Amino acid sequence: MPTATQNRPLSPHLQIYRPQITSVLSILHRMTGVALTLGTLLIAYWLIAAASGAEAFAAAQDWIGSFLGVLLLLAWSFSLFYHLCNGVRHLAWDLGLGLEIETVTQTGWVTVAVAGGLTLVAWIVAFAVW
Amino acid sequence: MSLRTPVARARGLGSAKEGAHHWWVQRLTAVALIPLTIWFVISVIGMIAAADSADAGYAAMASWMSNPIAATLMIGFLAFGFYHAALGMQVVYEDYIEPKWLEVAVNVVTRLVLAFFGIASIVSVLMIAFGG
Ligand code: HEM
Repeated sequence: MPTATQNRPLSPHLQIYRPQITSVLSILHRMTGVALTLGTLLIAYWLIAAASGAEAFAAAQDWIGSFLGVLLLLAWSFSLFYHLCNGVRHLAWDLGLGLEIETVTQTGWVTVAVAGGLTLVAWIVAFAVW
Repeated sequence: MSLRTPVARARGLGSAKEGAHHWWVQRLTAVALIPLTIWFVISVIGMIAAADSADAGYAAMASWMSNPIAATLMIGFLAFGFYHAALGMQVVYEDYIEPKWLEVAVNVVTRLVLAFFGIASIVSVLMIAFGG
């Protein structure tokens, strides 16, 4: 057997670490990615309803405008803005930019602030024009 | 200094099948989705503004999608979004699902479901765009 699979030390288990901005944002990217995947199925439902005629679309719109619908939409919009901002952060890392640990911490907080801000602005504008 | 050949060092560290392509397309679709998701959110808010409560916004939806640029961007958003989602979910499964056969099975189901809904949503956009 190749040596690479032998005698490899096990890293300390995840649970012994205190949550840090880096690790929390990392798992949040994954969670929002999964949430957005489920969200794309709801967007598909919305479009299929629209193509099925005025009645089906009205039913879909009713459902989206309900308490549960708005709650899901709120979760979806924050997921989108967070995943979008953190995705840009990921792409910068892929270019080799911003990899110093202090920078990673700073951009992490910026990402949270921008994602939260965009969510807030989107909902304020949406309610204003409703 | 190691006297081992590169291939001897690489053996046992994982296979080199389609990882690079998967990684690359995940980034490519991510880049495409940056402007497309921003456009989508702004357009939906615009549609809410144009919506008439009498028809639950049906006419606003139809007129939005009858613009060829809007329909094109919408289809782009859907195609890149569903593709990016399928690639992303595969990575999540690879990290958490054991045994291998189950991971592959779940991945196959995910791919097919996302492909089906992706196609259905694009067909729907075309139907609305052509006034069906
Ligand atoms: C339709 C919207 C989107 C969906 C459904 C989605 C879904 C996903 C999923 C499921 C993953 C896998 C997560 C993981 O491996 O932990 C992922 C990863 C990723 N997403 Fe998205 N995403 C969307 C939009 C975006 C946007 C707009 C960007 C823009 C920059 C982006 C950038 C990325 C990047 C860079 C990764 C790879 C992260 C890594 O290396 O772990 N995504 N996405």
